[in-house]
Amino acid sequence: MNSIRRKFLKSTALFSATVAAIGTGLLVPGRAVAAYLENAFAAKDISGALMAATGSDTYTESADIKLKAPDIAENGAVVPITVSSTLPNVESITILAKNNPLPLTSTYRLQNGAEPFISTRIKLGKTSDIIAVVKSNGQLFSATKEVKVTIGGCGG
Amino acid sequence: MATIKIRAKAKNGITTVKTLVSHPMETGLRKNKKTGKKIPAHHVTEVNAEYNGNTVMTANWGPGISKNPYLSFKFKGGSAGERIKISWVDNMGKGDSLEAVIK
Repeated sequence: MNSIRRKFLKSTALFSATVAAIGTGLLVPGRAVAAYLENAFAAKDISGALMAATGSDTYTESADIKLKAPDIAENGAVVPITVSSTLPNVESITILAKNNPLPLTSTYRLQNGAEPFISTRIKLGKTSDIIAVVKSNGQLFSATKEVKVTIGGCGG
Repeated sequence: MATIKIRAKAKNGITTVKTLVSHPMETGLRKNKKTGKKIPAHHVTEVNAEYNGNTVMTANWGPGISKNPYLSFKFKGGSAGERIKISWVDNMGKGDSLEAVIK
């Protein structure tokens, strides 16, 4: 912290918050979009990750989301996950693994006629709840399923 | 060598795309057992799918996606003979893209 920046920080509350964010490397000008996702992927809890990825951490359980995952994963390094939904106007699908060191595995933005369907393979460090969060009409809905892991796929 | 494999199929007005990317997807949390040093993170951060010049799906991935990632998604429209484009970038700035014909 040098004296010039000190003066900047005092100028206005909003401005000082922005400067502080740049100072700590959280926000790099011109890379704001990428930066907010970096925060999302660095978050160590569900609400922090969701907040950063989707702008909200309140979600309601919905029967209109289908989350397909194995009951028991023999190999945590490769766990097939399929999320589909019948909710209208789905903007994004986010897949979280509650007990992973970094719970946010991936987030998908859907547009221009994309169907609310994503299938991928994720890593699980240990037995964990999988939470699929679907953003529909600006609101978050979720489906949860526990996957038991016999061999972990993170760390080693 | 191409790092992407794409299979796209149109049926009943919906195109299903399946894609495989060959990538190590290192988490940055693993240690080299011999040296005890951490293996630096090296994973795909973004996958983009384009149809008719429009982005239909953007995937943002963390290190929690499996090695040699598999991804499948669907979109409305698309017919046999049309092309889709998949591209990815990783946290080390590498990337690749590939076009495929819808079957």
